[in-house]
Amino acid sequence: MKKSSWWEFGIERAVQLAGVSAIVFVILILLFLIRESVPGFADVSPGELLGERWYPTEGRYGLLPLIAGSLLVVLGAAVMALPLGLATAIFVAEVSPRWAREVLKPLIEVLAGIPSVVLGFIGMLVLAPSVRILTGAPTGLTAFTGSLLLALMALPTIVSVAEDAIDAVPKSYRDGALALGATRWQTTWRVVLPAARSGILTAMMLGIGRAIGETMTVMMVTGNAARIPKRIGDLFYPVRTMTATIAAEMGEVAQASTHYHVLFVIGISLFLISFLINLAAAIVVFRQARRSERVLS
Amino acid sequence: MSLEAKVQIKSLSIRYSDGTESLRDVSLDLYARQINVLFGPAGGGKSTLLRAINRLNDLVEVAERRGEILLDGKDIYAPDLDVVALRRRVGMVFARPVPLPMTIRQNLHYGPQLAGVRGTRLDELAEKGLRQAAIWDEVKDRLDEPASSLSGGQQQRLCLARTLTLEPEVILLDEPTSGLDPISTAKVESSLQQLKEAYTIVIVPHSVQQAARVADQAAFFLQGELIEYGPGAKLFTRPSDQRTEDYITGRFG
Amino acid sequence: MSRQASQRVAFALISLAAALVIVAILFIAGTIAVQGMGALSWEFLTGVPGDGMKAGGIMPAIIGTLLLTLGTAVTAVPLGVGAAIYLSEYSQDSGFTRAIRIAIINLAGIPSVVYGLFGLGLFVLFMRFGTSILAGSLTLGIMTLPVIISTAEEALRAVPQSFRVVSTSLGATRWQTIRQVVLPQALPGILTGVILGLERAAGETAPILFTVAAFFLPRLPSSIFDQTMALPYHLFVISTQVPGMPIRIQYGTALVLLCFVLSMNVAATLVRSRFRRRRQW
Ligand SMILES: Nc1ncnc2c1ncn2[C@@H]1O[C@H](COP(=O)(O)OP(=O)(O)O)[C@@H](O)[C@H]1O
Ligand SMILES: [Mg+2]
Repeated sequence: MKKSSWWEFGIERAVQLAGVSAIVFVILILLFLIRESVPGFADVSPGELLGERWYPTEGRYGLLPLIAGSLLVVLGAAVMALPLGLATAIFVAEVSPRWAREVLKPLIEVLAGIPSVVLGFIGMLVLAPSVRILTGAPTGLTAFTGSLLLALMALPTIVSVAEDAIDAVPKSYRDGALALGATRWQTTWRVVLPAARSGILTAMMLGIGRAIGETMTVMMVTGNAARIPKRIGDLFYPVRTMTATIAAEMGEVAQASTHYHVLFVIGISLFLISFLINLAAAIVVFRQARRSERVLS
Repeated sequence: MSLEAKVQIKSLSIRYSDGTESLRDVSLDLYARQINVLFGPAGGGKSTLLRAINRLNDLVEVAERRGEILLDGKDIYAPDLDVVALRRRVGMVFARPVPLPMTIRQNLHYGPQLAGVRGTRLDELAEKGLRQAAIWDEVKDRLDEPASSLSGGQQQRLCLARTLTLEPEVILLDEPTSGLDPISTAKVESSLQQLKEAYTIVIVPHSVQQAARVADQAAFFLQGELIEYGPGAKLFTRPSDQRTEDYITGRFG
Repeated sequence: MSRQASQRVAFALISLAAALVIVAILFIAGTIAVQGMGALSWEFLTGVPGDGMKAGGIMPAIIGTLLLTLGTAVTAVPLGVGAAIYLSEYSQDSGFTRAIRIAIINLAGIPSVVYGLFGLGLFVLFMRFGTSILAGSLTLGIMTLPVIISTAEEALRAVPQSFRVVSTSLGATRWQTIRQVVLPQALPGILTGVILGLERAAGETAPILFTVAAFFLPRLPSSIFDQTMALPYHLFVISTQVPGMPIRIQYGTALVLLCFVLSMNVAATLVRSRFRRRRQW
């Protein structure tokens, strides 16, 4: 008996440790990002970091063009992905005939499975030339091209989370509205969507969070020019995002150089942004009350 | 024949962590070789009491427990008590039959195997349990089929047999026949009549009729309180509390 | 506009959006399949790159991705399943568990390139593993952890509570109940989650950029402290870094990577559907 209770105790501690490892990793990640970025904050003044020029070879580390680049690409992606994703989720949950759903759901899983480097590759070879021809711009490697692909990458997240939220709306809501003579669309628009709104909001936040962190695709198709977009037309010019900057330059910098540390400054900013977005999304989820389970009776 | 108090409940109060007070100051003896019936309207705390006797309540969030429960005079909530051994001595059958997702045989071997029984003894225990639960003839040729392939009534008797394989001293049954047809119900009840020769049986019946049919001893629960208890013959013919009388004559509940 | 007409317009727009999504996905997958098919051959799959990668095969990259996927599994599966067991079977709803959940959500949201930075800082430099399979696997493993934890926990929670109660009432300890009843029932769901997590790891480029990936390494790694080529990074290299690369080889590589990843997806779907048919509750 003694032996078995030690065993029980050991197992419980072991799985608890596995749970704790999640916390440990977050702290480790944060610690290492801080450790490697602090010299960057020391070498480059805050004023310089917020500067408009990113020319590391000349010792200029202004992050503004990168931040603006990321924002532009992500905003562009959001404008396309949010309505498209929500519409697709509504289609799957409320409108589509059974067979269309059976086709669409696995396809969306396929989309979620396509590695970002493959999407970037297709973007370079197929999408960029079309964008160049359509816009008459000198190159097809533009913020817009990146937005388009990012929208595609954010879609699976948005669709699946939003669809779950719509599905979770009790049938009685729908029946009630339909019984009062509402059309199916009115029911969806006035009853179901408002009831599912917190889930839909979560879907959108998670989709955008996914887009902000995306690296390879944007690096391959946005042209990587570190200039600040100023007009809406700049959507059709090259930009450079925060993620792409890290990926493109980390391989070439000397370890412990200022450039190296500033890349970690970008990294920790991305960490914090994604943390805030995901926390916000999580709070929405946490708020849903949980009922305690009862033992058989 | 003198009555032997197998389980003694002393001033037991239980409150769940959501604040529900399910038992208030209940004191009651449960006797060996008797069918002890706990009855009363839903929400009276009967299930809570049963789950306290084999400490299944440990699985739910019980905020507060006062009082004690003695099994053969020993406190089952004593810190050094072996809970697993306790649950082997106090078996339980639930309202809904829950066969584990395995074959019939594996269901029957499950408890004894955990208790360290090996070899042919496992099949002996299985057969004995099945016979006592009056289901041996129905399943003896299909022991290696999934337990879920049995009918509801058979599943419930399998669950009773599964409890018996542990050769417990006390058997707790929480509305064991609530989902069963009259024939299966009769089979379970007649098994209980035989089992009581050797075991302490504590049953929450699913109706007053069943309570009156099987009770050697009966206790009436109302909203967490034990209203009265005594020999079934007396309690169902000459109850001493008005509320008991109202309930058994169908005036409420 | 009448109510019926507005419904028709709304449904038409929604269907159009869904059709657009379908067309886009089919177009991407179709293009790669059609263009890449021509490059596929036995030599391409089993050969070593030659002529500055402009000829030959991609075998070292395929093997490298296999090794990294395995390394990811070794890192993430025990930790992830353990954590899921803790969350579903042991933990009470306390501040401590909530901290774990927030950590998991946080891990899930961290951009993959930041994982790359972290792996570089901790494993490659601080722990001196160098750019190696070990550093890459650990980095990918930590990145995959949240996916495995959440899907495994969901699978565990889907097992009816009544099984746990009954098993306990038959004299099983908590771990015996988990081992004998809960885990076997949750296994297919856990497996699905593991495969989906590994699928994502196998296709990632950013986390391996600075932790393991070799630009060009025609031989196979001989230990976990070696660098290795990997399919996603190789595709990146030959489509952006090597001028004059034959387009056929690029598409061929993309197709192999896509097949690698999607076959895992199919495996996950198969496990899931067989499980649905077999389970008894
Ligand atoms: N796990 C639980 N958590 C909170 N309250 C509970 C739980 N189980 C039972 N209760 C409450 O305790 C009271 C007694 O329930 P129970 O013991 O099931 O009564 P009975 O079996 O007599 O119907 C009821 O009010 C019920 O709602
Ligand atoms: Mg009850």
